[in-house]
Amino acid sequence: MRFLASGRRHKAARPLLLLLSLFLVGAVYALVTPATSSSAEGVADAQLIAAGKNLFATNCASCHGLNAEGLAQQGAPNLTNVGAAAVDFQVRTGRMPMANPLVQAPRKENTFTEDEIAALAAYVASLGDGPAIPDESQYDPSSVSAEGVARGGDLFRTNCSACHNFKGAGGALPDGRVAPSLQGVDAKEIWEAMRTGPGQMPVFASGSIPDEDVQKMVAYLEQVNATPSAGLSLGGLGPVAEGFWAWVAGIGSLVLFATWIATRGPRA
Amino acid sequence: MAKPAELSPESPAMEVRTPPKEAAPSKLAGPATWVDDRIGLAKLMGNIRKVFPDHWSFLLGEIALYSFVILLLTGVFLTIWFKPSMAEVEYAGTYELMRNVPMSEAFASTLAISFDVRGGLLVRQIHHWAAMLFVAAMTVHMLRVFFTGAYRKPRELNWLIGVGLLSIGLVEGFAGYSLPDDLLSGTGLRFVDGLVRSIPLIGTWAEFFVFGGEFPGELVIARLYMVHILLVPGLLLGLISAHMALLVYHKHTHWPAPGRTNHNIQGYPFFPIYVAKAGGFFFIVFGITILMGALIQINPVWLFGPYNPAQVTAGSQPDWYMGFVEGAIRIIPNWETHLLGTTWSWNIFLPGVGLMGLLFTALGAYPFIEAWITGDKSEHHLLDRPRNAPNRTALGVAGMAAYGMFWLAGGNDIIATQFHVSLNAVTYFMRVAVFVVPVLAFIVTKRICLSLQRADRDRVLHGSESNIIVRSPDGGYSESHAPISQGEAYSLTRHPQLEALTPNGEKVGRTRQRLSRWFADGQVPTPTAEEIEAAAHHSSDVAAIEGGDTPAIESSETAETGASH
Ligand code: HEC
Ligand code: HEC
Ligand code: HEM
Repeated sequence: MRFLASGRRHKAARPLLLLLSLFLVGAVYALVTPATSSSAEGVADAQLIAAGKNLFATNCASCHGLNAEGLAQQGAPNLTNVGAAAVDFQVRTGRMPMANPLVQAPRKENTFTEDEIAALAAYVASLGDGPAIPDESQYDPSSVSAEGVARGGDLFRTNCSACHNFKGAGGALPDGRVAPSLQGVDAKEIWEAMRTGPGQMPVFASGSIPDEDVQKMVAYLEQVNATPSAGLSLGGLGPVAEGFWAWVAGIGSLVLFATWIATRGPRA
Repeated sequence: MAKPAELSPESPAMEVRTPPKEAAPSKLAGPATWVDDRIGLAKLMGNIRKVFPDHWSFLLGEIALYSFVILLLTGVFLTIWFKPSMAEVEYAGTYELMRNVPMSEAFASTLAISFDVRGGLLVRQIHHWAAMLFVAAMTVHMLRVFFTGAYRKPRELNWLIGVGLLSIGLVEGFAGYSLPDDLLSGTGLRFVDGLVRSIPLIGTWAEFFVFGGEFPGELVIARLYMVHILLVPGLLLGLISAHMALLVYHKHTHWPAPGRTNHNIQGYPFFPIYVAKAGGFFFIVFGITILMGALIQINPVWLFGPYNPAQVTAGSQPDWYMGFVEGAIRIIPNWETHLLGTTWSWNIFLPGVGLMGLLFTALGAYPFIEAWITGDKSEHHLLDRPRNAPNRTALGVAGMAAYGMFWLAGGNDIIATQFHVSLNAVTYFMRVAVFVVPVLAFIVTKRICLSLQRADRDRVLHGSESNIIVRSPDGGYSESHAPISQGEAYSLTRHPQLEALTPNGEKVGRTRQRLSRWFADGQVPTPTAEEIEAAAHHSSDVAAIEGGDTPAIESSETAETGASH
């Protein structure tokens, strides 16, 4: 203590203290900031992004512009903040690149390889922020409990059935758009659709529907479509199909029987 | 029309002259006599020999009757387990995908019937298919009555009873559809809630009256249950009995044919032949309904989930018979008036309350309007062939076309997704089609009727095509015609000619005169006896060319006997 007390007045005390505090600040800073990626990975990322930029220039820029800023005359949106998930979804489901200008890009066969999709996604992700491509743990429904599945059904009916129908058979929207059928759509694509809101579909962000709830909804959709129906399911389209069958199969066959009966008389 | 008994049963003469029962040579012995002494079985047997004509279209009403019986049978089964309560419970039954989901007791008990009661799902599906067939059969039955003119005097009252049956049939079906309290039935109730509220002035009050407070409240399922299992079936039973009683009293109508007149009835006796046929037909209807219930899924409420006012699903539609109202609501422009802080929702009132009112008023009034236009006060027991009343037939088809367009519009979203067209395009198309298609249907139908009449006339005058091509000595080809049988000629010329009313002082006003001229207009005259005579000479010439010197009339008789074997 005495040493410290006496040393305070030493000529070198102030500069030394300054040095010491600078060192401390530097050390804390180094601890708090995340470790920067190793240079090797940085190079790989840069290569991926560059490959993506090239792919983008040849396949997408005609509509979305060379810097993905969007071209109004093509009706193609700005992609700087859509995120990797949006690109992965749009290209994986074959919606992009759009073949011809329609009100809504249809789902079709995807012609890109996994690597190319990853490159395109990395390029667009590098332009701004937006949802990243999900890990399997984010959408995989295998750990959902039986009760969770039922809850997923409730969530699905609250959030999705207005457009996609009660078991995801799809439905019509104004101006020639449709909410497509969700039967047979991958869990990953469902997650991505919810987080990026393709076309007319609203974005369901993780703040309102966390990943666990997405898993429950995916589990419900899978199970409800695997449950056997009580006879011909008529496409799960509801009462219109039932009315059609009542008239065609029901009244139709009964009228045929009536005609048959009316020609049967007692034999003389 | 049945002749009233010459002596009224109250007449004292009746008692004096009736021989004592014991003396009557009753063929019924033992228990039958016992019953007869108490309820007059023998008299019933008199009715049981009533004659019914045979034609497939006379069986359509029976389909409705049998579906109603099926509805009663399956409905009783369902009432054993159904709980008409809106109290909230957590589901604890066997259907995993609903585990612990909060729902009303009504919905939970419907799931229980579907998954936990043996045969419950089958019975539910049969009940629902029977309901769809019930209304559909009533509709086609009504159409057959309309197009054959069977509603004319003396059967106007039975037509009115029929219109009553159809309208409360819709109520019955709607009430049943609402009971399970699933997402679609709740959405349907929401729709009706909107209709009720759109009624000017009393709307809100009426909503509170029906739902016991604001929608959805806690009462409506219990109330609909009462309507569905007691009130409306009671009314239906009463009206069906009256309908059948009047049918027996008036006797059935029949098609014109030799020996069938406006004053008689030809056919098989009710017992035993008609009973056998009708009984057999009951089992066919029951069988088909069971097959549909077993093979085709209907109203899968477990997929819709319990009703929750925050939810709605694509493809929310009512059962088919409410589809025309749904369609009208879907295509009407958004008309609303705001007046002194109140909203007048014409966009809901006109297509909903207005269209239903219009349909049933028009149906109910039609027989009287037609009778007024034609001034026809005579009784009709012979049916019209639709072609012989071209304006009525065309009106009917135009009405069906309008109904059909509204109906299609009710499924506009399904049409859009299934046929890959734009929902807006379907809607705009329907807005026009609802007005244009009936007019086209009218014109086309009338043309078809007239050309069919012309074909009939040709057939009577020139006979049927014999399929024999004759080459004349100078090389020309012609097809010879074989005269038709006298019976057929009778059937084809039997129908009365429509005549316009002649001005008759103040009794026939100008509008009425014009309408009657329009109704009778454009008819192909039935050949007169002289024309038939003249044509027969002509055709015997043809027969001569054919080489035979037999008079045509004889060959026609041979043809007839040949055909009747
Ligand atoms: C023919 C023009 C066209 C081409 C080529 C095209 N796009 Fe698009 N893209 C569009 C249009 C138009 C939309 C808006 C579509 C919609 O809303 O359904 C769109 C939307 C998108 C979206 C969704 C944006 C969002 O807000 O979620 C992404 C991501 C996308 N495009 C990526 C691509 C990629 C990657 C390519 C190249 C592989 C590509 N597009 C090629 C026209 C095009
Ligand atoms: C407002 C209507 C609407 C709602 C609500 C909605 N969607 Fe969509 N959804 C759409 C439309 C429109 C598309 C097609 C977008 C496109 O192709 O551009 C779509 C597409 C999708 C796809 C892609 C299907 C395919 O064939 O590739 C999935 C998956 C999806 N939706 C899931 C959901 C889920 C899960 C919900 C509920 C959380 C939901 N949607 C809610 C309208 C909706
Ligand atoms: C509960 C529903 C109904 C049942 C069970 C029913 C049953 C029947 C049956 C079995 C017949 C005799 C057979 C036939 O002509 O088809 C009949 C006749 C008749 N029905 Fe109905 N019907 C129903 C609804 C209707 C409706 C909706 C209408 C018209 C609005 C109607 C009008 C008539 C008329 C006018 C007859 C007499 C037909 C004739 O004698 O030619 N009925 N009904």
